[in-house]
Amino acid sequence: MIHARFSLVYPGFALNADIQLPARGITALFGPSGSGKTTLLRFIAGLERAAGGLLRVHDEVWQDGAKFLPVHRRRMGYVFQEASLFPHLSVRRNLEYGWQRIPAAERKVQLEQAVELLGLNKLIDRNDTASLSGGERQRVAIARALLTSPRLLLMDEPLSSLDTASKQEILPYLERLHRELDIPVLYVSHALDEVARLADHLVLLEQGCVIASGALNDTLSRLDLPTAHLDDAGAVIAAKVAMHDEAYHLSRLDFSGGSLWVSKIERAAGEMVRARVLARDVSIATASPHGSSISNILAARVAEIQDEGPGRVNVRLTVGDENVLLSRITRRSRDQLGLKVGMEVFAQVKSVALTA
Amino acid sequence: MDSAFSTADLSAIWLTIKLATVVTVILLLIGTPIAWWLARTRCWWKGPVGAVVALPIVLPPTVIGFYLLVAMGPGGPLGQFTQALGIGLLPFTFAGLVVASVFYSLPFVVQPLQNAFEGIPERALETAATLRASALDTFFSVALPLAKPGFLTASVLGFAHTVGEFGVVLMIGGNIPDQTRVVSVQIYDHVEAMQYTSAHWLSAAMVIFAFVALLLLYTFNPTGRRK
Repeated sequence: MIHARFSLVYPGFALNADIQLPARGITALFGPSGSGKTTLLRFIAGLERAAGGLLRVHDEVWQDGAKFLPVHRRRMGYVFQEASLFPHLSVRRNLEYGWQRIPAAERKVQLEQAVELLGLNKLIDRNDTASLSGGERQRVAIARALLTSPRLLLMDEPLSSLDTASKQEILPYLERLHRELDIPVLYVSHALDEVARLADHLVLLEQGCVIASGALNDTLSRLDLPTAHLDDAGAVIAAKVAMHDEAYHLSRLDFSGGSLWVSKIERAAGEMVRARVLARDVSIATASPHGSSISNILAARVAEIQDEGPGRVNVRLTVGDENVLLSRITRRSRDQLGLKVGMEVFAQVKSVALTA
Repeated sequence: MDSAFSTADLSAIWLTIKLATVVTVILLLIGTPIAWWLARTRCWWKGPVGAVVALPIVLPPTVIGFYLLVAMGPGGPLGQFTQALGIGLLPFTFAGLVVASVFYSLPFVVQPLQNAFEGIPERALETAATLRASALDTFFSVALPLAKPGFLTASVLGFAHTVGEFGVVLMIGGNIPDQTRVVSVQIYDHVEAMQYTSAHWLSAAMVIFAFVALLLLYTFNPTGRRK
């Protein structure tokens, strides 16, 4: 468990946080720019000082009224927005920088392991870090932070300074990290797709205050939070790869409450994947539709309806016992279908984005 | 005349090189922490300290020489201190010349170092801290290597400026062969004695030295800072 409590006042900006975060998996700190998520992360790292703050990580106190553990004594790794590689050191020396500075007995992550995990085999012998691409540099920075065998990894929008191609290049590595290493991660982001793809736990910040904190899908599917108003609002379903249909180049994903057909994916049957379904890609029918090109139709029940601007509404649907979908439809459709909470309906899913 | 330089000239050249080398080494040792502090502090003392360090740039050398002479004299604080240590008095000795030159050339070492340190992004130092480097470790493993061009500039300017001083030497050191008679004073002597040929040789050597030093600086030191 990580417990952080502090308040900071800058001219024009105040941050008040008192949060408990799970010490496992990836916790996303999500919010618009200026919401204080980076400041929160810098406080946890010790890069920002707040008098009277309290910070407890696992069983260690990093800061309380009497104590302030300096940054270099905190057993954490930090990945900045820009890779911040040391320009005077080679890739290998950059990687070894932190590794050399921890006691040998604490070195749980070895150089070969980090190199393998982030695919740095071809880069490790490069001398000039300036010749690396943005994505490559950030991968080196992540490996460098991992090599300090941190008990907590802090990542401050590690993908935001990268182009789309580099982001797509790094995301699989982050997912792998999530699967293979048992290091809790605090991940600051303002991109909902990254959060939906990576996080287990979601903390929402707005204007320096924590407005929600909970399991990813519980939080993403709440209609009373600002995330529901985003253009790419949507829910996430954890599903198992059930089978592949080679003839039509499709894969079937099963979850409690139904199954989804998606374009064939390169994952073995039995593996778990995350399916992200955007609210704008889900339409609602009161009778089982026939003769539709949409093949993913799920039986669902209306759980909540909230206005979304003057012309549209957001609908929360439960699918099976534990899964949730969001749907964004027009207000007119709501009235024509006579949608009410508790109604049994059919959710038509136009498109599914797949992540790990 | 048998050779371009007389024995006295050669001895003055040797003394000058010795003085400039000792002074440059001392300046790098004391200038580095001063420059680091000036580059990073937000304390209000930054302004006054920076101004004091820069004073020798604008003051006439005679003024600096005069005050140092008084301070190092029997009644001055430095003089009493050195006498208490059993060293005796510093004026008209090589050691006195070193102390005076350190003051006189300080800004030429501190300012390039300060600029170099100010050019190091805060992020590089923060990154080192998150990678478990203490402040001192960060200074040696990140700040010093990144400030290398600044150290080259500081060394060349500190050395060359010490070689080029005249007024302060005259005030503090006088004109004692092998002790305080550096090249600039030797040239002055030659001119006073109407030995224009000897003065020419030494002066030309000084011009060439200064040109080569600055040429090295501008050629090998990239002015563009690393990102």
